[in-house]
Amino acid sequence: MPPRPSTLIAELSYQCPLHCPYCSNPLDIGGERYRSELETEHWIRTFEEARQLGVLQLALTGGEPMLRRDLVELCAGARDAGLYSSLITAGTLFTRERAEALKAAGLDHVQISIQSPDAADNDRIAGNRSFEKKLAAAGLARELDFPLTINCVLHRQNLDRIEELLELTLELGAQRLELANTQYYGWAVPNQAALMPSREQLERAEAAVGRFRERVGPKVAVLWVLPDYFEDLPKPCMGGWGRTAMVVAPNGDVMPCQAASTIPGLEFANVRDHPLEWIWGESDAFARFRGTDWMQEPCRTCPLGRQEEDFGGCRCQALRLTGDAAATDPVCRFSPHHDDVVAAREPAQTGEFVYRTMKRPAVPS
Amino acid sequence: MTRPCLVTGARLRYDDVREEHVLLIPEGVVHLNPSAAEVLELCDGERSLDDIVGALSARYEGADLREDVMELVAALAQKGLVVDAA
Repeated sequence: MPPRPSTLIAELSYQCPLHCPYCSNPLDIGGERYRSELETEHWIRTFEEARQLGVLQLALTGGEPMLRRDLVELCAGARDAGLYSSLITAGTLFTRERAEALKAAGLDHVQISIQSPDAADNDRIAGNRSFEKKLAAAGLARELDFPLTINCVLHRQNLDRIEELLELTLELGAQRLELANTQYYGWAVPNQAALMPSREQLERAEAAVGRFRERVGPKVAVLWVLPDYFEDLPKPCMGGWGRTAMVVAPNGDVMPCQAASTIPGLEFANVRDHPLEWIWGESDAFARFRGTDWMQEPCRTCPLGRQEEDFGGCRCQALRLTGDAAATDPVCRFSPHHDDVVAAREPAQTGEFVYRTMKRPAVPS
Repeated sequence: MTRPCLVTGARLRYDDVREEHVLLIPEGVVHLNPSAAEVLELCDGERSLDDIVGALSARYEGADLREDVMELVAALAQKGLVVDAA
């Protein structure tokens, strides 16, 4: 028996008013594959099946989940299924009327992204005038007594504003701040030269986070995720492949992680065709890299015995840097490809972004 | 800590799939043993710590549970999961 999942990440739509250059969505979001989005009843059935499998946490994300006209119904479906629901939104469509309806439908938690604590910078990175709307959305979420998380994806062009970001989070009354250093999947790949920070930037930011935690205490939980590229040992991507979480794409494909569609030859079962229990337990995509049997050297005889700790790291990163999705994640210092990760630590060479749009970028991925 | 209550958005549930008590918080799950769940059920922002200890003591034939309750509430407050309603 595979372990029971605890999290379902529901990518409700890949449409989004923002154009963030590090978006984790696939580059072909505008393609034929994602044209047909799931119907309301598909999602609600998926939520019910997820709860029966053991899922407790539901992330309603995208793209922009608020573009789904049935979002209120979906929240009610999540509540009735017994899931704890989080709305992961850019905040620009979080109007009073909709926010009140979401509250009444049982939405549990709101997470709002901020691209920078500086208005002009936020709008430049998002490729959309959105800063003021985000602040208004955060205020509204607190007024309606939603627990509020602010998230900010960090990179070379906003890391030096971390102190302002921490203060803004405090002013907004957020309970949590997710500081996610950019991981190089999706749109971040063609933007690597504009996003890669320097080690000095990361060290200054980490120190600022430490001082903030000391000063503010448990009132605001700050999550700081160090970027893979500056580490020597990999992280357990998604808590291990097919171990704790599953991602449902807008078209109903069920994936072990948000970037799994980049792995060639991996077939994803769809919630329109199969029960979630079968997809989780039996389908090829989930079985492929589950556990440790699939591992090659150096993972197979890991000198640190970390097989069940990091599960070989990230499959998508292994594929991109070595050409083999079953290789050891090159973030690992024992990987023969680790030098490529070290070489990629060169700080950003350009300020120009390739913005996320529904059109696939013309640069190599 | 005067009148403990769960932080905004935290929900106490019984997970009938795993057959255990859990505290659901934004993007997280805290697994609880039955006695911790029993204490948290009483952390409603109305009862004082003395009330909570008293209620549990009455339930368990006068057992002195003060230290256990204080320890649990302090640990959860340290994690930001229990706050003072006073």
